[in-house]
Amino acid sequence: MEINSRVHANNLLKWAKDKKEVVVLSADLTSSTEIDAFRDTYPDRFFSMGIAEQNMLSFAGGMAREGFVPFVHTFAVFIYRRAYDQIAMSVAYPNLPVKMFGFLPGIMTPGGATHQAIEDISVMRSLPNMTILECGDATEVESVLDVAMEVNGPVYIRMLRGEIPRLFSQNEPMRLNQVRVLSKGNDITIISSGICTEEAMRATTVLKSKGVSINHLHISTLKPFDDNHVMDAIASAKFGVITMENHSVIGGLGTIINEIIAKSGMQKKVTNIGIKDTFIHGASKQYLMKEYGLDAMALIHEVESMMGSSYDIKENELKEAFIAAVHSEAKPEAL
Amino acid sequence: MNLYNTDEVSVEQVRTVANGIRRRVLEHTILNKGGYLSQACSSAEIFAVLYTKILKLSKLKAPIVPKPFPGVPGPLNKDYFTGESYHGEKGAAYDRFYLSPSQYSLVMYTALIEVGRMSENGLSDFNKDGSSLEMIGAEHSPGMGLMGGSLGQCISQAAGIALSRKLKGEEGRVFVFLSDGECQSGQFWEAVQCMAYHKLDNMVMYVDVNGYQCDGKTSTVMNLEPFDKRLEAFGARVFRVHGHDIERLAALGKQKPDGRPLFILADTCPYKGIGILKTREPKFHYVRFTKDEEIKDYHLALEKMK
Repeated sequence: MEINSRVHANNLLKWAKDKKEVVVLSADLTSSTEIDAFRDTYPDRFFSMGIAEQNMLSFAGGMAREGFVPFVHTFAVFIYRRAYDQIAMSVAYPNLPVKMFGFLPGIMTPGGATHQAIEDISVMRSLPNMTILECGDATEVESVLDVAMEVNGPVYIRMLRGEIPRLFSQNEPMRLNQVRVLSKGNDITIISSGICTEEAMRATTVLKSKGVSINHLHISTLKPFDDNHVMDAIASAKFGVITMENHSVIGGLGTIINEIIAKSGMQKKVTNIGIKDTFIHGASKQYLMKEYGLDAMALIHEVESMMGSSYDIKENELKEAFIAAVHSEAKPEAL
Repeated sequence: MNLYNTDEVSVEQVRTVANGIRRRVLEHTILNKGGYLSQACSSAEIFAVLYTKILKLSKLKAPIVPKPFPGVPGPLNKDYFTGESYHGEKGAAYDRFYLSPSQYSLVMYTALIEVGRMSENGLSDFNKDGSSLEMIGAEHSPGMGLMGGSLGQCISQAAGIALSRKLKGEEGRVFVFLSDGECQSGQFWEAVQCMAYHKLDNMVMYVDVNGYQCDGKTSTVMNLEPFDKRLEAFGARVFRVHGHDIERLAALGKQKPDGRPLFILADTCPYKGIGILKTREPKFHYVRFTKDEEIKDYHLALEKMK
């Protein structure tokens, strides 16, 4: 698998070159959110706002009213938890083009409960005018900027940093409100998002070799959510639907799919893989994914349960998990 | 009367505007059997000075007749408007004026009538269902250009606008009206440190320091004093004045920028001009009339103001 370093850092630099209306706001996490190169290259378009997120979000709303497109960068938790009222009233209500880049979604940080955004989709999804995007690989980290810009209004992005796999061809950029169909089948439909898609791809490769027919969708737009492929994929699943996300099972992708199935009147069994309504603690990504059941093995167990079969798959049958070097150059700071 | 900011506007004319604001707010408070009355008492001179002596706003062809609520903003609402049109066109040389505490909406509406920016009978739909002149207004309400609230958010948004105007090389300044109670919020202080750090000397804040908030006397709810010293320590340029002194309020707002955001703390009286309101001390935030006797007294006060 192709692994890329500092994808956002390098991409933003090229992408923003001639976009003079794009300004970057930072809350003291400039290298941690990979905007240090932008700061050094375009100092006139970079604004340090300090550890003061409430002011930063309202301030961004003010800049957006004057024709700028503020790219707010910090960890996801510090956007939606610390500045929710400011997002609601200074940004979302007036439908302003403020683009919020939330890093370290879910279990992507060893920083513990203070740093782990486990309910951000749930919170942001209920805000009128809000668009929510989530990146699952390097191609999406690169192309999410165009998608965010095309939206006439606020956008919240679950962003990735550091070393990121490339799962999707660079010729197939992220598109607003378009799912990716990663495999077609009619036993089980798997709908995954973010980093869980890589895990799901690993699991489906092995499951398909055992004769399971799998329809696998990758989701990168969580709001709006009305691509017809989703309904078709749900309808085609003989045994049921499994959702898989790096987020609480309440209010995120799982809930969205549950709502769709309930409203459609289709009689489909559905299982939600995600963080099971619990806070989590600080540890490595690999440990947390296993511990909280977000990895390929967790998905295989759910497929077995839904199919009523056992495939006797061992962990070593799954392609070796991609493990980012803890002290890689790509992560200049511990957090 | 169409009163625009020129040197010819006399102190007497400004006082007439201030008295008109109080009179109109009292009228509507009686009509509605309650309202945000003390806000008009404390801030009438500040609004009158801003609109007649300080703000550089473009002239209007005619006073604007308010339209009904246009719906909330969104990608599908093509009819949406903000209340900033009452301030004329948004030229680079013109100032901006933003109201932070929306409890002062009626003060803003009446000020707009007094200076000829809103039609004389513009308040006929005040506080009625479907009107854009709500008791607590929003960005579609006359004079408002953004969501001032919830409390504390206006100044940060105005700071974003002020920085943007500097980036675009616009001369016009950004004025914010605040009240003292909201300055207890953390966001207010985040904004002040940010304005000082980014040297937003194109911002001027007029703060109505009336000393009271919803629960009562500010010093008994959460002390802000020494307010001026605290602001100075945050890097602001601060002047503290008698808040009903028209000449001082006007002179301070005309100063040349010096690299720091300018705060004018106006010490005001929450029952100025309507003496009988004093009996309600320390509960000035919202006035509700429950007895006919009381309404009669306020009617008498209103008659005396005419």
